[in-house]
Amino acid sequence: MRKITYAEAIREALRQEMKRDENIFLIGEDIGIYGGAFGVTYGLINEFGEERVRDTPISELAIVGTSLGAAITGMRPIAEIMFMDFTTLAMEQIVNQAAKMKYMFGGKAKIPMVIRTPAGSGTGAAAQHSQSLEAWFTHVPGLKVVMPSTPYDAKGLLISSIRDDNPIIFIEHKLLYKISGEVPEEEYEIPLGVADIKREGEDLTIIATSIMVQRAISASKELKKEGISVEILDPRTLKPYDKKTIIESIKKTGKVIIVHEACKTSGFGAEIAAMISESESFDYLDAPIRRLGGLDIPIPYNRNLEKHAVPQIEDIINATKELIYG
Amino acid sequence: MKLAREKLMDMLSKMYKIRFFEEKVDYLFSLGLVHGTMHLSIGQEAVAVGAVSALKSDDYILSTHRGHGHCIAKGADINLMMAEFLGKETGYCRGRGGSMHIADIESGNLGATGVVGGGIPISTGVGLSIKMRKTGQVILCFFGDGAANLGAFHESLNLAAIWKLPVIFLCENNMYGMSMSVKKAIAIKDIAKRADSYGFPGKVVDGNDVLAVYEFVLKAVKRARKGEGPSLIECKTYRWKGHSKSDQNLYRSKEEIRSWKKKCPIKRFKKRLISENILKEEEIKMIENEAKEVIEKAVDFANNSPEPSVDEIFEGVYS
Repeated sequence: MRKITYAEAIREALRQEMKRDENIFLIGEDIGIYGGAFGVTYGLINEFGEERVRDTPISELAIVGTSLGAAITGMRPIAEIMFMDFTTLAMEQIVNQAAKMKYMFGGKAKIPMVIRTPAGSGTGAAAQHSQSLEAWFTHVPGLKVVMPSTPYDAKGLLISSIRDDNPIIFIEHKLLYKISGEVPEEEYEIPLGVADIKREGEDLTIIATSIMVQRAISASKELKKEGISVEILDPRTLKPYDKKTIIESIKKTGKVIIVHEACKTSGFGAEIAAMISESESFDYLDAPIRRLGGLDIPIPYNRNLEKHAVPQIEDIINATKELIYG
Repeated sequence: MKLAREKLMDMLSKMYKIRFFEEKVDYLFSLGLVHGTMHLSIGQEAVAVGAVSALKSDDYILSTHRGHGHCIAKGADINLMMAEFLGKETGYCRGRGGSMHIADIESGNLGATGVVGGGIPISTGVGLSIKMRKTGQVILCFFGDGAANLGAFHESLNLAAIWKLPVIFLCENNMYGMSMSVKKAIAIKDIAKRADSYGFPGKVVDGNDVLAVYEFVLKAVKRARKGEGPSLIECKTYRWKGHSKSDQNLYRSKEEIRSWKKKCPIKRFKKRLISENILKEEEIKMIENEAKEVIEKAVDFANNSPEPSVDEIFEGVYS
């Protein structure tokens, strides 16, 4: 099958969906001629014009509010917030307005909007351009949180997100934009709330999100050389998330490591760990649940410090061996 | 400006309904029948009615925490409003929203928000949607003097200006943001003047004169429909009651409140209708009584409505 990058897969989903439905439009900072800070929307303005690929001033709160107002009156906006860190500027509209509106209006509003935003460190952009804030959004009923780790998932999940009638936080990763993978040319949906087993294995389950799925895959290749067979499970959607697939995998392997880039304290791994310990899979565990997450520090600038701040392939390998060998 | 007699009667009727609705819910609250708090707009009826009367029925409004008047002016079903107040399943929001979140999206009432200024960025999106769908509608966004100092105000008015969106930003300046006097909160005399910095018209109106509000909003509506962009209208008015139910009125004098009560927008409108021989005293009395009756019936409807079911507590979180 044809291989394209994660960024190209997202762009293709946007292009195909915009061709299919003229109510879809893009809104965000520098998404037009510039193509977005990471080039994801590059070229779309030539195809769809500046009405539907709408550059805005630097006004994150208004970008989200404008998307919301458009969504409740018949449009299907897709907002880009240039860095996930900048969603903080739009929190009022995301958390108090978009997430609450349907429920507090008695279920009547339809809110088909997607907020695309890149998270993650590794680009040397330091503390205010490197955060992974997904756990915040999973704490807000009314939102859905999607976090693809491969080009294939990025396209299918984005198409599903665009067709969904709820506000969706679609979290991309800067370091994933350039990775390649097989992606069908035609449109396809990946249902939200369904996990994917990226590698089947017997000895231990690694539950990983976003870039950590790629790192877990690299780690699994090394571990295989030592005869350790790991299962890699990507929830793909954090809200709602697929508890059943997690439980089944743990019942099979009896050991679990949860790994994400976001700070470990109150990270989404804590939710998964708690869910496991409350579930029937707890009885199948023959080692403590292990979490790998970012250090509780702002992301530092220095290359080595930055790398040290979030889980790397070696950390996953080491943690796996510790659990396997006891 | 000449308005049809029926239109004027409708406006007066709505002003009465707002007044009586709020007096009634105030009373129900005193009996302990209303859960939570409420923000009454008694004294500000001319703003809601004057502004919404300048819209067509398919135009949109966005309301605020002090939004009962906006809903009634937009033609809300008072039964469903009252049921929502009493937290009933038959209420506009199935008892999930309460006083601060009454919405009726199908009729163009895109709802009230409990966060000051929260509706302003949404109105910009509604304006954009109208423009992209080419429907010729407008959106009128109510907000208070307090909201005019938020970042949301600046971001949104700027976007509406650069894209020439059909938005009427209607600032209901009732002189206080909770206890904060507008004189202490803003260094300029008129909030409307801020429109200059975005490049569209800003006008100050006597917010206790329903016909003046109507006239100014109508001009802004016409401008918006022609594709000439947004307007900011500042209606100066006064809230007679406290900010919410916890308010002891420590920040203003009884004299001040009394002086504004003398400027009652309903009495003023009534006087004008009589002096211009549009309505007779008896006709006005009839409108008044009808309004009272509608409110009483709404209380009965709400009282006889079922409570929402706990089994359905999750309904409405997601589509």
